[in-house]
Amino acid sequence: MSTIRVLVGTKKGAFILTADGKRQNWEVNGPHFAGWEIYHLKGSPADPKRIYASQTSGWFGQVIQRSDDGGKTWNPPGTKPEDLMSPDGMPKGASNMFAYEGEVGTHKWYDGTQHPWEFKRVWHIEPSLDDPDTAYAGAEDAAIFKTTDGGKTWKELSALRSVKGALWQPGAGGMAVHTILIDPKNPKRIYIAISAAGAFRTDDGGKTWKPINRGLKSQYELPDPDAEVGHCVHRIALHPSRPDVLFMQKHWDVLRTDNAGDRWAEVSGNLPTDFGFPIDVHAHEPETIYVVPITSDSLHYPPDGKLRVYRSKTGGNEWEPLTAGLPQNNCYVNVLRDAMAVDQLDPCGVYFGTTGGQVYCSPDGGDSWNPIVRDLPGVLSVEVQTLA
Amino acid sequence: MIRVALPYHLRNLARVDGEVALEVAGPVTLRAVLDTIEARYPVLRGTIRDHGTLKRRPFIRFFACKEDLSLEPSEIELPAAVANGEEPLLIVGAMAGG
Repeated sequence: MSTIRVLVGTKKGAFILTADGKRQNWEVNGPHFAGWEIYHLKGSPADPKRIYASQTSGWFGQVIQRSDDGGKTWNPPGTKPEDLMSPDGMPKGASNMFAYEGEVGTHKWYDGTQHPWEFKRVWHIEPSLDDPDTAYAGAEDAAIFKTTDGGKTWKELSALRSVKGALWQPGAGGMAVHTILIDPKNPKRIYIAISAAGAFRTDDGGKTWKPINRGLKSQYELPDPDAEVGHCVHRIALHPSRPDVLFMQKHWDVLRTDNAGDRWAEVSGNLPTDFGFPIDVHAHEPETIYVVPITSDSLHYPPDGKLRVYRSKTGGNEWEPLTAGLPQNNCYVNVLRDAMAVDQLDPCGVYFGTTGGQVYCSPDGGDSWNPIVRDLPGVLSVEVQTLA
Repeated sequence: MIRVALPYHLRNLARVDGEVALEVAGPVTLRAVLDTIEARYPVLRGTIRDHGTLKRRPFIRFFACKEDLSLEPSEIELPAAVANGEEPLLIVGAMAGG
């Protein structure tokens, strides 16, 4: 029987939740890296035992951790003294070094002035689909880095910041590359999303990038609602069988594109509110998508204190609330952008974590939900590995 | 030997218990001590001071012999009691409030 491994990043450490394919009885392992913010963990599709984690702290900065045994043991890659030794004896680098390439440059600051890019943390790590030693890291301040040596060293794909980077401006949550999607049919095509700059695409492995924000309208956030960059994209998602079709949860609005981002159309339809953070796609039904509506940009909790996932089986516009097993009164948690994932089983499992520390699992595509754990620290990210 | 007390999270990261004892070549300056720590524990590079500029991270403090050395230039020599191992250099995570 298959095994499911759920990788949970929280405000105070990482947790690994495992169960068999029934997804009823869960073993909880953690905290790993106790006391640190774990923004994201993700396993390599090419080698599921290889897992990368982003460990951060306001005091001590950024650390990258790596497991080669499915999360049992961890090491910061490239941080033994014998690694990366320079000719004069000092280690010349470390896996936690994220240096912007070339001229650092500036972006728009809160007061409208230009402000230098400053590395703060890694929000998201996206391992390559076919090489365990290759992975991409989405950083705050917004940039994308790549490793090809298992995380020992990271190099910026700096052309991204040349796409009108001077106009990018942080939102209240910072300015970060938080979403990285690799096209499974063409690994040189990568989509990324930035709050608050928008969505971007490369078709040449990161040498050049273009904004893909046509059709997005941000009338309450931007002076020009149709601006080429500056939109607060919260999350994008795709189904591997149709990588030209993307779904987006924007600050406000849920949208889709059928042409790799060249043009977006709103599909919020009958959602009670189209503000929210995560969005994801069913593992076997490319037109079935999930969002968690949040009251508004001013009220980051579910409408009416009812935690409801909304599912569309029509690729948007027509949505149904999923409530079985979810709290339907006095619930005022949020679900952050990287905190929803699906497994590959049939029926497809759907998972999400909340700022209140609950991780919910639906083993039946969203029809019913059960809490795996209720009292973790606030959940920052959820990823799922489906193991044979 | 120079004694250095690391904060809890950096002890965990470096996988050490208690104080770290270091041989520092040449004058015992703050910078020389930090260079030596990072050479022995490369995982600590970037956690105490910035990779590129080598500036102290904002919420790190350096205390020794009841003095706050955090704002001193990194080239200053540490107190004799630290240099001869009588007292540790304390690397401290600043108070967070709350």
